[in-house]
Amino acid sequence: MNELRALYQEVILDHNKSPRNFRRMENATSVVEGYNPLCGDHYTIYLNVVENVVKEISFQGAGCAISKASASMMSTILKGKTTEEAEQLFNQFHHLVTGTARADEDIETLGRLAAFAGVSEFPARVKCASLAWHTVHSALQGDQKVISTE
Amino acid sequence: MSTVNSIALPFVTASMLDVERIRKDFPLLSTLVNGHPLVYLDNAATSQKPQVVIDALSDYYQEYNSNIHRGVHYLSQKATDAYEESRLRIQKFLNAERPQEIIFVRGTTEAINLVAQTLGRTSVGPGDEILVTALEHHANIVPWQMVCEEKRAVLKVVPMNDEGELDLNEFQRLLNTRTKIVAITHVSNALGTINPVNQMTQLAHRHGIPVLIDGAQAVPHMRVDVQELDCDFYAFSGHKMFGPTGIGVLYGKRKRLESMPPYQGGGDMIKSVSFEKTVYNDLPYKFEAGTPNIAGGIALGVAVDYLNGMDIHAIQSHEHDLLEYATEKCAAVPGVRIVGRAKDKASVVSFVMDHVHPHDIGTILDADGIAIRTGHHCAQPIMTRLGIPATARASFAFYNTQDEVDVLVRGLHKVNEVFGV
Repeated sequence: MNELRALYQEVILDHNKSPRNFRRMENATSVVEGYNPLCGDHYTIYLNVVENVVKEISFQGAGCAISKASASMMSTILKGKTTEEAEQLFNQFHHLVTGTARADEDIETLGRLAAFAGVSEFPARVKCASLAWHTVHSALQGDQKVISTE
Repeated sequence: MSTVNSIALPFVTASMLDVERIRKDFPLLSTLVNGHPLVYLDNAATSQKPQVVIDALSDYYQEYNSNIHRGVHYLSQKATDAYEESRLRIQKFLNAERPQEIIFVRGTTEAINLVAQTLGRTSVGPGDEILVTALEHHANIVPWQMVCEEKRAVLKVVPMNDEGELDLNEFQRLLNTRTKIVAITHVSNALGTINPVNQMTQLAHRHGIPVLIDGAQAVPHMRVDVQELDCDFYAFSGHKMFGPTGIGVLYGKRKRLESMPPYQGGGDMIKSVSFEKTVYNDLPYKFEAGTPNIAGGIALGVAVDYLNGMDIHAIQSHEHDLLEYATEKCAAVPGVRIVGRAKDKASVVSFVMDHVHPHDIGTILDADGIAIRTGHHCAQPIMTRLGIPATARASFAFYNTQDEVDVLVRGLHKVNEVFGV
């Protein structure tokens, strides 16, 4: 039960139940879809990036608690960040959920995102946690196609 | 194998399954997962294997590994005999008229592709129709779509109701002179629905349309008689019926198979080869190019023997009880809704939970050693039809017990607990 509690932390369950920034965006500068064909998780992420700063970010879609909470928390964290900062967070988050963080990496900088540390104990769920992040990463790289985890 | 306790249960006339004894035949069932005894409820994905099947695989490699249908030496003859004996056992298992009608393939998927790429490509033309049902696995959709795309033909779909039962009136209406092939699943992998394939085959035959039945989910649960069904093709996989992966069977009526071109070219499927002309081999070898999965073919015969050694009525009665019990107990868990309520069902319980995605259900159950399948079950059109992204699915075999259903139900309560529902 402890590992499950570590995975399904209160903050994650809260974001799953009441996802933040869960809406369409009319003035998005990029709209990218993220899809996990294995479990059907499917999100559309809207970004408004002006002069390398994420002015607005929102998302829509459906999926498991981990993927939805991850998209929701990501949206609250990335707002106001520069694209470089976003990319750095993407890398740090990826290290966190795959359990590959280097000793000198400080997960404190991830703030609330540290709640996803428990995912590293559930290898089958890493894709769920990282789907939204991969999608944003691709959007910032200029891709507009559907991003698949497979 | 089966015992009747005539003293304690004088009114029981049907033989009962000695599940505890049967479980001992399956070494993996006594394993621990995450510190808990494994509760294996993912049998529709693949079944566990009895020790005799595992032994058959290693016996072949340890004692008589050699290629078949070629060598004059002792080992080759022994392997050939074992492989061909297995074909005879499968012929009897399906009650096929001839052993030549049993084609070894990698599995159901390859069997369907074989028919699609041979009969499909030679008999379907522009504007023609191939008829499938709303309950198909992707393996009985995509191969036909590929033929339709190439031949500019149309894929038609028999609809189903909210319970997961096919609309037979609509099926009859869809059969017409343009319909060239009917391809239907015997038992739905996602919902467990048992389709009236006997009746559907008769209806299609009135129009002279050949019928392929995807039997992957049927053979583990019921005896199949292809002559009684009168189907033109019947496809199944070994690994879902307690045999190994990588081996399966396409049954085809001899006349159909003889009129079809070969599927793959290569060794074994020829009588003579020159650069000017090749003469294809007779059935079944015409469709078995290359060195096959010899160990798998032999072990599948052993799996057939194993099943033949059991009382099918006792299996069906036990599985029916498990289905009823699991349906009732799962449905009583707050938030659980059973998906697929067909009157005629195999032991498959597909369900969703309010506020909890199936993937999360799967993870929480796995922590207690309970293996179920979550997702779209390679049947996305069913999920789309029912307006859900995915389901959780517990699928039972004869070695499962009511105690295991109880563990599953406790797990579902725990799901609610973790999610604070």
